Amino acid sequence: MFTPIANPTTQPTAAKFGEQDLIRRSASSVTPPAKRLTEVAKLIDVSKCIGCKACQAACLEWNNLTEEVGINVGSYTNPHDLTPNTWTLMRFSEYENPETGNLEWLIRKDGCMHCEDPGCLKACPAPGAIVQYSNGIVDFVHDKCIGCGYCVKGCPFNIPRLTKNDPKAYKCTLCVDRVAVGQGPACQKACPTQAIVFGTKDEMKKWADHRIKDLKSRGFKNAGLYDPPGVSGTHVMYVLQHADKPQIYANLANNPSISPVVEIWKGVTKYAGLAAIGAFAAIGFLHHAISGPNRVSAEDEKNAERLTEGQ
Amino acid sequence: MSTEVEKGDGVHRGSPGGPVVVDRYTAGARINHWITAVSLVLLALSGLALFSPVLYPLSGLFGGGSTTRMLHPWIGVVLFVSFMGLFFRFFRLNLWEHTDSVWLSRLRDVLAGDENKLPEVGKYNAGQKMVFWSMSLLILVLITSGVVIWDQYFAEYFTIDQRRIAVLVHSITAIVAICVWIVHVYAAIWVRGTISAMTRGQVTGGWAWRHHRKWLKELVAGK
Repeated sequence: MFTPIANPTTQPTAAKFGEQDLIRRSASSVTPPAKRLTEVAKLIDVSKCIGCKACQAACLEWNNLTEEVGINVGSYTNPHDLTPNTWTLMRFSEYENPETGNLEWLIRKDGCMHCEDPGCLKACPAPGAIVQYSNGIVDFVHDKCIGCGYCVKGCPFNIPRLTKNDPKAYKCTLCVDRVAVGQGPACQKACPTQAIVFGTKDEMKKWADHRIKDLKSRGFKNAGLYDPPGVSGTHVMYVLQHADKPQIYANLANNPSISPVVEIWKGVTKYAGLAAIGAFAAIGFLHHAISGPNRVSAEDEKNAERLTEGQ
Repeated sequence: MSTEVEKGDGVHRGSPGGPVVVDRYTAGARINHWITAVSLVLLALSGLALFSPVLYPLSGLFGGGSTTRMLHPWIGVVLFVSFMGLFFRFFRLNLWEHTDSVWLSRLRDVLAGDENKLPEVGKYNAGQKMVFWSMSLLILVLITSGVVIWDQYFAEYFTIDQRRIAVLVHSITAIVAICVWIVHVYAAIWVRGTISAMTRGQVTGGWAWRHHRKWLKELVAGK
């Protein structure tokens, strides 16, 4: 068993990190802190999940969110997708393992992966609306969010969701408010089987190794850790029984990275675009300076007179 | 009606015995033009605010980031409808002709202002026609890609991949449109006497003789 995080003191505690620990801030630059905080991570062990949805309930509870009553379409996945209120969602997949002939019920807790290289933050046009703390947490700052939906386009995992009226984007905060006072995320706290554990990223990797060894010993020869290098690793990681086939877990991205379209849009287009506008304006000034205005001469006027007189 | 003349064009004396004045744009065309112009400037400012962090402060002109995000697509709808008006008003005389290619092949003379070396021009020269057609095409691409990324109303109709491509296409197209706009505005400033065509609807006889002689001749002939 992974040693659970101790219950908090009832005394008020000062936040352990804040504004000064930002390593990235959308549409603006930050002076990186001299010392990086220890990176944290949430490890979701899919093999241990029993699908009780305590994590989903705890997320709503802690973040004071209410989900609408939905409709049944024949799946345990409820609601059917992430929403502005449902920041974490248990996705149920039925997988027939061709090697063993077993039916496996794969339950993946979906939500923000807290990428080390966050695509949402790269795409965001509003200064400070998306921030990344040096411990790896990526958070949305709603009073700066303008609701444009660029984060949705930037995210390689299809996570952020916009509210309908007065749009703003929402997603898992990794319970930044709990982590700041030494607690683990609410979902982790609620999980009855330790399918969700939380700690430093190194601890989580070590714990994952231990879990993977156990799974391998029980015949899951492709068991492994999901910490995709395409986004420089994530601060929410999975232990998968079949790490060679992430797509069987409700279409978990196989090798996620920020879309090249987004990279071009936020990279070369931005600079080349402004340069082009500047160049056109400059050429205009230069042309005017060199060849001077194109004026109508007195002779032109006289010619026009003659033409109309001729009638 | 002759080939180079639009409805409302006319040539007359400003006052008895006074200089020759040529009517170039009707009040309707000018109002239509200025609605388009104001929309385009507002779209460029709000769009640039969302395009580059350096220009984000421009969103202050619209009351902040959220209202900029909310207003930009609606102004786009105004521009599109307004430009459609301009398109149907002006497209006939903007159709490409052989002389336009000749005119364009002597760009050096054009830029030097040596218009006597160029073929006589109708109501629009090849440069104006290029601005017209490129704007028509660009605005069509902008409204189409704009709808795809108007997430407040249309997010559910398009996949994220489609929206990624649309936002890239939208920004590149907008940059090109702004560059075409710079050419358009610069030409109006460089060729003195042009701006009155869009403010009062009139130009001087000399202006018409110098820059659009074929148009003037047909106007006079048809008077």
